[in-house]
Amino acid sequence: MAKDLLLFTAQSIFDAASPQAEKIRSLTIGFIWASSAMMLLVALLAIYIPIKYRAKNSISEPKQITGNRRLEILMVGVPMVLVIVFFFWSLTTMSAVLPARGTAIPDLTITGHQWWWEARYSKSKVIAANEIHLPVGRRLLLQLNSTDVIHDWWVPALGGKMDMIPGINNYLWVTINKPGIYEGACSEFCGQQHAWMRIRVVAQLPTDYQHWLDANQADEKQPNDSLVTAGQALFTYASCSSCHSINGTGAAGLQGPNLTHFGSRKTMLAGMLDNTPENLYRWLTDPQKVKPGAHMPRFIFGQDSIRALTAYLAQLK
Amino acid sequence: MEENYLQVPEPEQALPDLSISSSQGVLQWISSVDHKQIGIMYLWLSVLFLVIGGLEVLVVRLQLAVPNNHLLSPEAYNQLFTMHGTTMIFFVLTPAIFGFATYLLPLMIGANDMAFPRLNAFSFWATFFGGILLYFSFLAGGAPDAGWFNYAPLNQYNYSSSPGIDYYCFGLLLSGIGTVSASVNFVVTILKFRIGSMSLKQMPLFVWMILINSFLVLAAFPSLNAALIMLLLDRQLHAHFFSSASGGSAILWQHLFWLFGHPEVYILILPIFGIFSEVFPVYSRKPIFGYAFVIGSGVAIALLAFGVWVHHMFATGLGNTVNNFFAASSLLIGVPTGVKIFNWLATMYGGAIRFKVSMLFAIAFLVEFTIGGLSGVSFAIVPIDWQLTDTYYVVAHLHYVFIGGSLFGLFSGLFYWFPKISGKMLDEQLSRWFFWLFVAGFNLTFLVQHALGAMGMPRRVYTYPNLPGWAILNLISTVGGFLMAIAVGLLIYIIVKGIRSGDKAAADPWDANTLEWMTSSPPELKNFDRVMPVKSTRPYRDYKRPEDADWKKPNKYGK
Repeated sequence: MAKDLLLFTAQSIFDAASPQAEKIRSLTIGFIWASSAMMLLVALLAIYIPIKYRAKNSISEPKQITGNRRLEILMVGVPMVLVIVFFFWSLTTMSAVLPARGTAIPDLTITGHQWWWEARYSKSKVIAANEIHLPVGRRLLLQLNSTDVIHDWWVPALGGKMDMIPGINNYLWVTINKPGIYEGACSEFCGQQHAWMRIRVVAQLPTDYQHWLDANQADEKQPNDSLVTAGQALFTYASCSSCHSINGTGAAGLQGPNLTHFGSRKTMLAGMLDNTPENLYRWLTDPQKVKPGAHMPRFIFGQDSIRALTAYLAQLK
Repeated sequence: MEENYLQVPEPEQALPDLSISSSQGVLQWISSVDHKQIGIMYLWLSVLFLVIGGLEVLVVRLQLAVPNNHLLSPEAYNQLFTMHGTTMIFFVLTPAIFGFATYLLPLMIGANDMAFPRLNAFSFWATFFGGILLYFSFLAGGAPDAGWFNYAPLNQYNYSSSPGIDYYCFGLLLSGIGTVSASVNFVVTILKFRIGSMSLKQMPLFVWMILINSFLVLAAFPSLNAALIMLLLDRQLHAHFFSSASGGSAILWQHLFWLFGHPEVYILILPIFGIFSEVFPVYSRKPIFGYAFVIGSGVAIALLAFGVWVHHMFATGLGNTVNNFFAASSLLIGVPTGVKIFNWLATMYGGAIRFKVSMLFAIAFLVEFTIGGLSGVSFAIVPIDWQLTDTYYVVAHLHYVFIGGSLFGLFSGLFYWFPKISGKMLDEQLSRWFFWLFVAGFNLTFLVQHALGAMGMPRRVYTYPNLPGWAILNLISTVGGFLMAIAVGLLIYIIVKGIRSGDKAAADPWDANTLEWMTSSPPELKNFDRVMPVKSTRPYRDYKRPEDADWKKPNKYGK
């Protein structure tokens, strides 16, 4: 039971995995102590006073006290002191967590779309979607923006959230302590599928990360399987390529996620489903049934075409 | 020609009682300019929308009861949560507060009606038709679906092409006009229609809070109305105020909305502070602790309320300098709000406390509102806000303030003034059941949501993955929601039973202090024939206990 409850805090704001999140965590815990003390005081008084001073007989009137200046000064003074303490604690935490960007160049740009994430890595042509690989131990500057409505980047274990606003670039610093998978989600209501706009940050050791980056720079390999080749032809010459890119082929659409290494992702549709051929088949059959509102229209493909497309996309590792 | 005119029934001697059937007919209510009837209509309107907004959220909670649920489509879910929020704020809490104010204000200051009775009727009907217009959207092609604060550019035509958001604009504009005109009426009534001997320093605290509140309304609503009109221009005439794709600013909407929206939060709580400042003294048999202090902190809240709106926008990337300024002001406003809790505790201290249901809600409020207030302070601490804003922690916080604060206050006021308004007593035993059921359901629903937020659950999601702990906490929340619904059902039964067959109420059943308890229950059409001279904040108590009258005592304040 206790072990189960411990699981509740995994991936929460208390499971800090970056110095930024750690700073916020200690401030939060400080606040919890102070407010619990305040809460306890009010709760005890709100129970004690009514019990102690309940009406015993209705004839006599109690002493008519209209106020007490000394108590009033105390009532204002104590909260005021607390407020000042927390203001300065907040101030120092803010400048530690989110110092001005200065002339620093962002390590990657993350763009919010209805309803998926796009990550473009600086100094490389890698474009990832939804599963965002980051190296541990390095202080990274994320540039955040949006192409449509306001979204919000939030991975609780890595620190605070930041809005992604169309027409504006926002920035966030993050230094990940240890490798692992960090769950997050869009935290600004962004329309129909706001719920399925989840983030997976895959934090890797620098060597693994470099390995991933190199692998993802590579263009798509020419297929040799006939079903896959049929799928590739369909993808390139049917409507898919007008919205999706696959580097190294003619598909260069920019509306939807870049699918060059789609097969290497664990999940699809921004965390909605596991990335399996069955789910992919279901999605391609009728996107509006799987994720209503998503901007991918329903193409009335034959079953063979969908099978070919599934085979093609699944092998894009 | 004569028969072409509609014969509007004039109210006769006594007011019709609460049930429409036994009165002089519906037309007499519709045509009424009497502040008591208009006040009662405001309160019924609020009950109607409480039921509608409550049913909406029950479906929402059902959808969230289990992970990956398919009960509702995302489209339907988004319409329901948007309508729930908009309804509860603009058509439940606001009309309920204005209902009490419209009914009680003239009675508490010894006047026979509001300063502008026809404007008073206009205010009510503007609110009424605002609500109808908002709900007409369901028939017109879809309700608004961008949340009650309706952020740009999601509120633009290309992201929400159903007419819902247009109805949102028209509905809120119309009801907003009603709110503003009612506030003008309150200000003039308070300043010009007090019984001659009542100085400002002798006004009941409820009247004081309505006075402060009315100025808040007059200053805050123009910002909302401007934003709504700009949005309508965007949607209907292709203006570009909020569309960044064509040179507008998405963030501008947030500034305009919250410049209204944060004062609105105080608009929904200051009058509640007024209600409690009447209830605590009466059931404690003591005067309010720090009368001037309560007014002073109310004024401080009203002034600071206009300097805190950016704390809704700490995660929009405005920079640390701006954020620090608004962190300071937001932390500051917590102080005058928080100290009032101690004013009421000190009012009870040394008293002779009677546990009527009204008082039970008041005592429970002290605890619940402190929870909501403290979680509110955590949003003024910017880094904590960065983690917790727009999560279920906010949902928990705002419900502790709006329910644990505003609604508890309205319930307390309802049980306190119901005998005056209806002339009937409510069933005390059943009312106690209602109290405990509602308090239990409320805490069950919202306490766990603090944890859900810290665990990473964003607000406004139509479903969620089955992460550790999410399913069970959401299920608890849903069960709590249904308990609250059962409690509200019981409340409506209690009210109807009270009106139909409650015991007859005396003019002054609680041995109260203020002028409204001098007249009969319910009051005659003309509130007062004569009012005794007002010499202190508790004129009716002075009258009942001349040997112990406040004005005879030396002012022993201080030490």
